[in-house]
Amino acid sequence: MNMKKLPMPTGKDIGHALLIGLWFMFLTFPLLVIKVNPGEQTVSWRWANMLWVGGASAAMALAGRLIVAHRAARAEHPSPKPGWFAVQSTLSQHFTPDRLWLLGGIIILIFLALPLMFSTYQVNIMTTALMYVILGLGLNIVVGFAGLLNLGHVAFYAVGAYTYGLLHLHFNLGFWIALPIGGLMGGLFGILLGFPVLRLRGDYLAIVTLGFGEIIRLVLVNWGDLTQGPSGIADIPRPGLFGLDLSLNQYLIYQYYLTVIMMFFTIFVVNRLRYSRLGRAWFALREDEIACQAMGINKTAIKLTAFSLGAAWAAMAGVLFAAKTTFINPDSFTFMESAFILCIVVLGGMGSITGVVLAALILMLLPEYLRAVAEYRMLVFGAVLVVLMIVRPSGLIPAIRRTYSAMR
Amino acid sequence: MEYFFALLFSGLTKGAIYALIALGYTMVYGIIGLINFAHGEMYMIGAFTALIVSSVLSIYGLPLPAILLLAGLAAAIWTGAYGYTVERLAYRPLRDASRLAPLISAIGMSIFLQNYVLLAQTPDFVSFPRLVPEFAFLEPYSAIITSSGLMILVVSTLVMATLTLVIKFTRTGKAMRATAQDRKMALLVGINVDRIISLTFVTGSALAAIGGLLIASHNGQINFAIGFIAGIKAFTAAVLGGIGSIPGAVLGSYVLGLTEAFATGYVSSDYEDVFAFSLLVLILIFRPAGLLGKAAAEKV
Repeated sequence: MNMKKLPMPTGKDIGHALLIGLWFMFLTFPLLVIKVNPGEQTVSWRWANMLWVGGASAAMALAGRLIVAHRAARAEHPSPKPGWFAVQSTLSQHFTPDRLWLLGGIIILIFLALPLMFSTYQVNIMTTALMYVILGLGLNIVVGFAGLLNLGHVAFYAVGAYTYGLLHLHFNLGFWIALPIGGLMGGLFGILLGFPVLRLRGDYLAIVTLGFGEIIRLVLVNWGDLTQGPSGIADIPRPGLFGLDLSLNQYLIYQYYLTVIMMFFTIFVVNRLRYSRLGRAWFALREDEIACQAMGINKTAIKLTAFSLGAAWAAMAGVLFAAKTTFINPDSFTFMESAFILCIVVLGGMGSITGVVLAALILMLLPEYLRAVAEYRMLVFGAVLVVLMIVRPSGLIPAIRRTYSAMR
Repeated sequence: MEYFFALLFSGLTKGAIYALIALGYTMVYGIIGLINFAHGEMYMIGAFTALIVSSVLSIYGLPLPAILLLAGLAAAIWTGAYGYTVERLAYRPLRDASRLAPLISAIGMSIFLQNYVLLAQTPDFVSFPRLVPEFAFLEPYSAIITSSGLMILVVSTLVMATLTLVIKFTRTGKAMRATAQDRKMALLVGINVDRIISLTFVTGSALAAIGGLLIASHNGQINFAIGFIAGIKAFTAAVLGGIGSIPGAVLGSYVLGLTEAFATGYVSSDYEDVFAFSLLVLILIFRPAGLLGKAAAEKV
């Protein structure tokens, strides 16, 4: 990055920053300064907070203004030094398609070697992160490829998890039988929901899927006879490995590898789907439905495939989740979870596989390592989402559309 | 029969509160086409501001009506300011971005505001003082009508009537409608679109704050997370009525409130939210544009 000096702040900049500081001091006054203790009927005034907020927001406003001014100045006099885009192009020069397998090989090796380098605690966190990669990639089919905004993805995740939980509870079936059944159930629910709602426009679809997600969760809470209600299902067995008896640590590592395999399988399938006939139909549908129909694409069938495929994937991730935590209850499947998965997809760059993988890892691992400031991590998480959307609205790694180049 | 009327009344009260929140959703959606996920948090912030202001005032020993009035005013002003700030920070830079970017930004804002209140105030439920005095004339009907419920109905009707008049007859209201119809055209005829959008956010947030104050005083307790489910329900109501349409939002809210009240009263209270969402799904399947929404024909 070009690290030319920032310009000196002018009086106008400082005045503006002070004004913003004052505004935030006013804004946060009741909530951040006053604290009422209802028991003793006393009020504590926390004036220090006000100074912090004022100072911090003024400093941030000043820095923001200077950076914008700096950018504008640089745009007028473009610097010859390589910027981020140049770095990107050198990267792609190093990894031309025939060398891409090398990069892939390195990444696979890193994933395989991870349990040897880190403690099982770290590996366990990684397993969770990888499950979100799978969930994100599943939702990516629906939102990124087909452009159907689904805010109830977690419902299918719940369907998968409960399929395994209930099959174990009532029929004593194991993980390897539950996995395909879970996927099928997810797909089935996807079709059941998709069939009536897919003719709705974008935002209506979003709210119906959200409603559906909540309905599933509430049914799980209230249908106590079947699901054991809020207390959930405990003692779900971990996945078996040819009947071997594994210690807990070995299990965690085994589970990690299982998730890694599942993730690479997902990446493989999604990658193959992307440029298939079906994938191209999804892209076309996302861009223009009417043109698509004119081209003779069966709109409903194509949408339904996207929806049920995404659902099936979420359900399989759900089976994995149930096996990993060995305990499930409806609290794991709230709307926040759906929002989180959607954030992964949008943050990574809709339709971009690399982006989604990266975003899932960042969003899952960052809060884990922010535990030092545990109280503030959700606050930071929310702020990071907003800032990232403003700075890079098309995601970390925007999807590149495959084009036919005349050069080749 | 008394039970029926009690349910009817509680449904209307619920509907009135949903309407106060749903109006903000529908106004914002009508103008910039954004599902403002942080809108539920405005309701929560309104309730908290009202709680803080009213507690401070009651310690200084002001009379109840004055407290109610001042707390409502403070809640509306400060929450309006929050609405303005959120729009400036999180939505305005994204106005020309893809449709999903502002949505994610809104979800981020919602998470941020929830945790902000959690850290600044308390993670626990706090009890909210009864700000509405007991009306003596309601005594014979106490099984059916509560005074805070009546207050909700009266205040929300007044607020909504004022809003309708403002939007119908004032210059600002006309500018708002023009911006909602066609933003570029509004810009061309000299409407300050940025200011109108800000104003919409401020108005919507202030309405939500009033809703927050009323319902908090009715229910008697609040915490940092109340905005989420209320926001989703209100949004459901807005979609039910046809999002973007102001009378639609009010109608949808009353339909939703009554459905919930009767379903919980006669069927089962466990499935209250299931009824709400099922109603939504059904309406959207059979009337995809909502109750009062116009089905827009798509131009090719």
